[in-house]
Amino acid sequence: MTPAPAPLLEVEGLTAGYGRVAVLHGVSLSVAPGRILAIVGPNGAGKTTLMSAVVGLLPRQGRVRFAGAAAGSTEALATAGAVLVPETRALFADMSVADNLLLGTWPRRGDARATASAFRDVYALFPRLEERRGQRAATLSGGERQMLALGRALMSRPRLLLLDEPSLGLAPRIVRDIFRVLAGLRAQGLAILLVEQNARAALDIADDGCVLEMGEVVLRGPSAALAGDPRVIATYLGTGSSG
Amino acid sequence: MTLFVFLALLQDGLATGAIYLLLAVGLLIVFSVTRVIFVPQGDLLAFATLTVAQLEAGQVPGTLWLLDGLALAAVLAEAYRGRRPRVLAFWLLFPAAVTAATLWGPRAAPLLAVPLGLAVVTPLGPLLWRFAFRPVSDAPVLTLLILAMALHFVLAGIGMVLFGADGATVAPLSGATLMLGPLAVSGQSLAILVVAAILVGALRWFFGATLAGKALRAAASDRLGARLVGIDAADSGARAFALAAFVAALSGVLIGAATPIAYDTGFEISLKGFVAAIIGGLASYPAAAAGAILVGVLESLGSFWASAWRDVIVFALLIPALALLSLRAAGRK
Repeated sequence: MTPAPAPLLEVEGLTAGYGRVAVLHGVSLSVAPGRILAIVGPNGAGKTTLMSAVVGLLPRQGRVRFAGAAAGSTEALATAGAVLVPETRALFADMSVADNLLLGTWPRRGDARATASAFRDVYALFPRLEERRGQRAATLSGGERQMLALGRALMSRPRLLLLDEPSLGLAPRIVRDIFRVLAGLRAQGLAILLVEQNARAALDIADDGCVLEMGEVVLRGPSAALAGDPRVIATYLGTGSSG
Repeated sequence: MTLFVFLALLQDGLATGAIYLLLAVGLLIVFSVTRVIFVPQGDLLAFATLTVAQLEAGQVPGTLWLLDGLALAAVLAEAYRGRRPRVLAFWLLFPAAVTAATLWGPRAAPLLAVPLGLAVVTPLGPLLWRFAFRPVSDAPVLTLLILAMALHFVLAGIGMVLFGADGATVAPLSGATLMLGPLAVSGQSLAILVVAAILVGALRWFFGATLAGKALRAAASDRLGARLVGIDAADSGARAFALAAFVAALSGVLIGAATPIAYDTGFEISLKGFVAAIIGGLASYPAAAAGAILVGVLESLGSFWASAWRDVIVFALLIPALALLSLRAAGRK
């Protein structure tokens, strides 16, 4: 294994929750460029809360640094190159596919050439989106909606993607396609923080993994080691026959 | 009723309907982006009429000092947070320019009074957002509505202090009368329709063809999604309030040529725009536009047949509209 480069995202002692109820208790993790960190854990472990707190959708205590600077608001992070694709996808349902993608360039607005090349790259990655570019986002299928959410996030050429349950509700074939795209993005140096119910698929693609339980990281390490850990196998990977 | 009377009433109703349409559009923009029912829109309408009337009389309108005071507070707040020099510069330079033009320019000149009045009243929209709504922008819709009602009373009170209780009118955009056979078409009615049509066209272009307009639509369509692509929620709110305030101010200038507007008249006018917006389900622009024309024409015909019942007829429209909307909503579930 090659040593990891300096981390792009550093989270230290992150505590967050809703109102007075803390869901996360002092979570620490880091993601380096060109690497995928998978967070696995049961329902209610705080995976989505972790993503929301990292990008500043929830008030956070503790230290979150992105690209060497303290993380600001959600909008500021998106502009700096850290973009969340939430579980709900949060598409602009009554706008066209092309307009959804166009709005993804907001952090680099005014640069026509960058916008054109971002459209080319995203359409090359997801040809289906180009076929449907004039359609309203609300009319897309589940897989296409996920492609659009990913594509919109990529339009600003981010350095870190935070993906919350990218496989949720999708057919296995589409999940494989999406994970293949993620592997390709990693090869281009993108850092990815991945939250997944589908622990096997997530650990298969990831470089590192964390197991989150009751708002705390209970286990961490290279994903291959985690996938071989008896506790992880028993709890999250079943007998090994299911995916 | 003869056809002649009907056509005269229709002409009146269409012109008033166009005003309600503009107000409904303003309400829809603000509500869809910020979830605020912009009740004080009517007060800004009255401010605009009264401001332009004072300018035309050669006076310095009190709203100018209101603008300067609020803008100064915005400058201090931004300076304290110290993160956005462009916002700070805007609130420093724009009011200064408007103030200078009012104090030392030929403010009573017909070509200057209306733009100056619009320039004084329009920035009050984003300033109200900045200080009244932005600090609680995540609050429930009901809280925001109560706040909007409170703000209406505050602004009406300020209007009473600044302008007194008397109504005022402004110079019409056009004083001409066009004879179409026996029917006299007033130039002002035509001017209202033309200005409304231009404004609707401009808004369509803004929302359909510009990135800034699409960003505002995005903020209305999915608040979370907009934040995730980096569209600042506070900026979207400010833009929505600026648009609504501009539309309200323009409506005040248009309607103020035919109807005397006092500090408390604006509320009732904006309520009728609200009825139109409700007919559109607070979501659909075409339905709201149809609703606005319907309200305007009904009101005009109603004032002929049963003038005492005019407002009753208009506001009673709400009942079938709401019943229909809730039936449709129930059908969708």
